[in-house]
Amino acid sequence: MEYRLNVPFSVDEIRDLKAGDKVFLSGTIYTARDAAHKRMDESLDKDGSLPFDIKGNVIYYMGPSPARPGKVIGSAGPTTASRMDKYTPRLLDLGLLGMIGKGKRSPEVHEAIVRNKAVYFASIGGAGALLSKCIKKSEVIAYDDLGTEAVRKLTVEDFPCIVVTDPEGNTLY
Amino acid sequence: MTREVNVSEITEALAEMCIKANHFLSDDMKAALDKAAEKESSSLGRDILSQLQENLDIAGKDMIPICQDTGMAVVFLEIGQDVHLTGGNLEDAVNQGVRKGYTEGYLRKSVVNDPIIRENTGDNTPAVIHEKIVPGDKVRITLAPKGFGSENMSRIFMLKPAQGIEGVKTAILTAVKDAGPNACPPVVVGVGIGGDFEKCALLAKEALTRSTDGHSPLKHIKELEEEMLERINETGIGPGGLGGHTTALAVNINTYPTHIAGLPVAVNICCHVNRHVSLTI
Repeated sequence: MEYRLNVPFSVDEIRDLKAGDKVFLSGTIYTARDAAHKRMDESLDKDGSLPFDIKGNVIYYMGPSPARPGKVIGSAGPTTASRMDKYTPRLLDLGLLGMIGKGKRSPEVHEAIVRNKAVYFASIGGAGALLSKCIKKSEVIAYDDLGTEAVRKLTVEDFPCIVVTDPEGNTLY
Repeated sequence: MTREVNVSEITEALAEMCIKANHFLSDDMKAALDKAAEKESSSLGRDILSQLQENLDIAGKDMIPICQDTGMAVVFLEIGQDVHLTGGNLEDAVNQGVRKGYTEGYLRKSVVNDPIIRENTGDNTPAVIHEKIVPGDKVRITLAPKGFGSENMSRIFMLKPAQGIEGVKTAILTAVKDAGPNACPPVVVGVGIGGDFEKCALLAKEALTRSTDGHSPLKHIKELEEEMLERINETGIGPGGLGGHTTALAVNINTYPTHIAGLPVAVNICCHVNRHVSLTI
């Protein structure tokens, strides 16, 4: 099946997704990778805060190359998701509903996806120039000092993904 | 007779090579992708391969790096023994070239200063530099920016001689299967066999800089390259790890003599963005 979805979304809106479905995402998503996840985890420990409202939102595991002058962003493809596994169940339990990355996840993440009826998408690894065309706006909203690893708020249009793990826990890989 | 080479020439060459390698894939890699796209039997696999081809077109046309992970700069220097390097410290000159290329070319800065403290150095330096003294009066530079999605899935196996060629085959297949979708297939598999612990790792990395349309000059190694490519493509991992015949574009194997007690095997996996450029000064 092929779907078009707006982000943020609700549990009801993603209920019917099945592993292997193609999905085009539009709306607002947030980037975070290794260092930002560590910071967010520490921030939750300290005062329970996160740099953006995580409920119903999607995190894109991505650190872009710098934008050329006049451009929105540089190359912008997914990074390997499993490096974020240590931090992910906690974020899912706080309301995160979607993740975009590539590669396998841990059993703990898998259980947390099913528990929260969330979804894990893959986009094409190594197609960062192509994927950058779907990103219409990009703004650093936290951890600017991390450079490419800062948290960015992205506005995307028809960003292509494939459902790897659906809310029932079926997995494509 | 010695020939003088000013290290600033190396700086300027490397800066341009960093930009070129990250926007334009070498002809052998492009040809391997085109061939794979024609042969792939899975429709999702074909779909992904055609998007990778489109990605390459956009990268070159709009000067957007092929992949956002523009890599850690791995630099091989073959320095002729009749060359006298002037104008400063060689390694400083190499790092200055990387700094210039990654800054002026809008490439991602992916290097942290210390593996534990992990502060970004902000200019993608230092490079990983391998120097070799060779006959002659030229300097040959090979740059291979290496992404870490695939680097993380690379392995070293210290096999026993009794495990022989079957052990080598199992090691290569194990590394590729374990890498699965994480390493951004279709991959290029660089294998080093022999030497000692660090030599076999270096052989594997050097094997990745070989053209994907050639083979080892050694008959038994050429046959091993062909057999392993076939067996890797029978695993069904496929483009993007989403199923299909195209799991690897090439298996390049380099060998070296080894100790009577050992059979080291290193498997260095590279994604389909296998970047390598060379230039001789």
